[in-house]
Amino acid sequence: MQDWVALGYLLGGVLFVCGLMGLSQPRRAVAGNGLGALGMLLCVVVTLLDRGMVHWWGVLGGLLVGSAAGAILAQRVAMTAMPQMVGLFNGLGGTASALVAWAELHQAMAPTPLAFRLAGGLSVLIGAVTLSGSLVAAAKLHGLVGERPWHLPQEQLLKALTLVAALALVGAFPFLADPAMLVPPLMVMALLLGVQITVAIGGADMPVVIALMNAYSGLAGAAAGFMLANSALVIAGALVGTSGLILTQIMCRAMNRSMGNVLLGGFGEPQAQADADAVYGGRVKATSAAEIALLLDGAQQVMVVPGYGLAVAQAQYALRDLVHFLEGRGVQVSFAIHPVAGRMPGHMNVLLAEVDIPYEQLLELGQANAQLSLVDVAIVIGANDVVNPSANDPSSPIAGMAIVEVSQAQLVVVIKRSLSPGFAGIPNPLFAMDNTLMFFADAKEGLGAILAALKTG
Amino acid sequence: MSIWMALLTIFVLATLLGFLVIAKVPPNLHTPLMSGSNAISGITIVGALLAAGGGRDWFSQALGILALIMATVNVAGGFLVTHRMLRLFRKPRS
Repeated sequence: MQDWVALGYLLGGVLFVCGLMGLSQPRRAVAGNGLGALGMLLCVVVTLLDRGMVHWWGVLGGLLVGSAAGAILAQRVAMTAMPQMVGLFNGLGGTASALVAWAELHQAMAPTPLAFRLAGGLSVLIGAVTLSGSLVAAAKLHGLVGERPWHLPQEQLLKALTLVAALALVGAFPFLADPAMLVPPLMVMALLLGVQITVAIGGADMPVVIALMNAYSGLAGAAAGFMLANSALVIAGALVGTSGLILTQIMCRAMNRSMGNVLLGGFGEPQAQADADAVYGGRVKATSAAEIALLLDGAQQVMVVPGYGLAVAQAQYALRDLVHFLEGRGVQVSFAIHPVAGRMPGHMNVLLAEVDIPYEQLLELGQANAQLSLVDVAIVIGANDVVNPSANDPSSPIAGMAIVEVSQAQLVVVIKRSLSPGFAGIPNPLFAMDNTLMFFADAKEGLGAILAALKTG
Repeated sequence: MSIWMALLTIFVLATLLGFLVIAKVPPNLHTPLMSGSNAISGITIVGALLAAGGGRDWFSQALGILALIMATVNVAGGFLVTHRMLRLFRKPRS
């Protein structure tokens, strides 16, 4: 590689880092993203200038088709569908790295160094796992297949065997005259592995999967970078790998579970429902829109606890209208955002930003819990497990999970269609607490009814 | 020092730098962080360009073009969708 090319890649890497730094402040984030895009453009231009491109038609065609498809997807996707979109992009990036590695292995005729071959094998392995894992995750998130975990008999054993087979194939790469011939079987094993990892994971755990696939797509790129001895790929791949792993860690910590526990499955299963009656038994108080309007009339501090059910019911705009009305009356409204409230890290923040709710009003879990005792009315919409006080009970399946301690508020209003359990499959004692009122309604209709009652009252 | 050790050095330092930078991103920007870093992982577009345009055997070239299309979707879509989301965050209150 010539020095000016390496310099171009270095500058690209610096721009990536500056771009990610920009993301640490909402006001600088747009510019940060622009810096990242500029870095990418620079890397592409440098590459095109560096080696004489022999097949311009393929290069230009690929760039045109890819940009057009990417732009259309990015413009059309709804904010609620962002997790599956990012999942799909992860899968594409990972696959691209795997294919690049395959092309390099196929092309290399002369005996190649050990590190080249191992990096090639790893890139194919990680890239293909990213592809099938991301596709399963995206299909679950998009509702194409059921969100419940699917379990195969002996699945842990099958997973372990697939992993061992895949690693054995990678390990054989250095010893063959033509390692490229092992790429197809390795790809099959890796694709199987990706499916096996993700089918056993329930919909509520998808934030973890999406974050992990994000990390994998970066690592696959970094591995391809080792093969090509290309610093740009290694730097960018390392940054993305780190980002994905940090987010994965954050998600796991929010649920008080280890990464192994999430990946090996065994959560999101409906548990025995036998104790639902014991928990609720005659202590659940139902309320009406008119009564809630009356209660909100006298409130000064209101905290909204949104969950993904809010987005499922398309109730963000109804919520915005209600919040603006309350604020117009001088009520202080804040929002408690649990780390796993959406279907990917930070998803709920995007959904609320889309309806013009300023990010200053969105509280992180710790801040929210610190303020809850000052709150007159807490409104829980479309959230269940993240407000379940069973998390404080060591024998509960969700023991130790960080929750929004809504019962600290003077009064809790839960808008929910029925008493059905959340993904954890356990009853929620919050619904039967003395200071909890249940408003059995669809989130969108319910919020609309409360607003109407406030306006007439 | 071999080229591999140089690359490993870059990789390890970039990982450490990543930890320092990413840890500062607040939770409300985690989704754009993910889609933005996802776009950056499309850097494999560089490898795809070399495979697609470098005058190689037809099979490697075909793989390269396929990889190029996928990586370009990843890059273009990733940066655009991140831009769309981030604009929501700085929109002034109406």
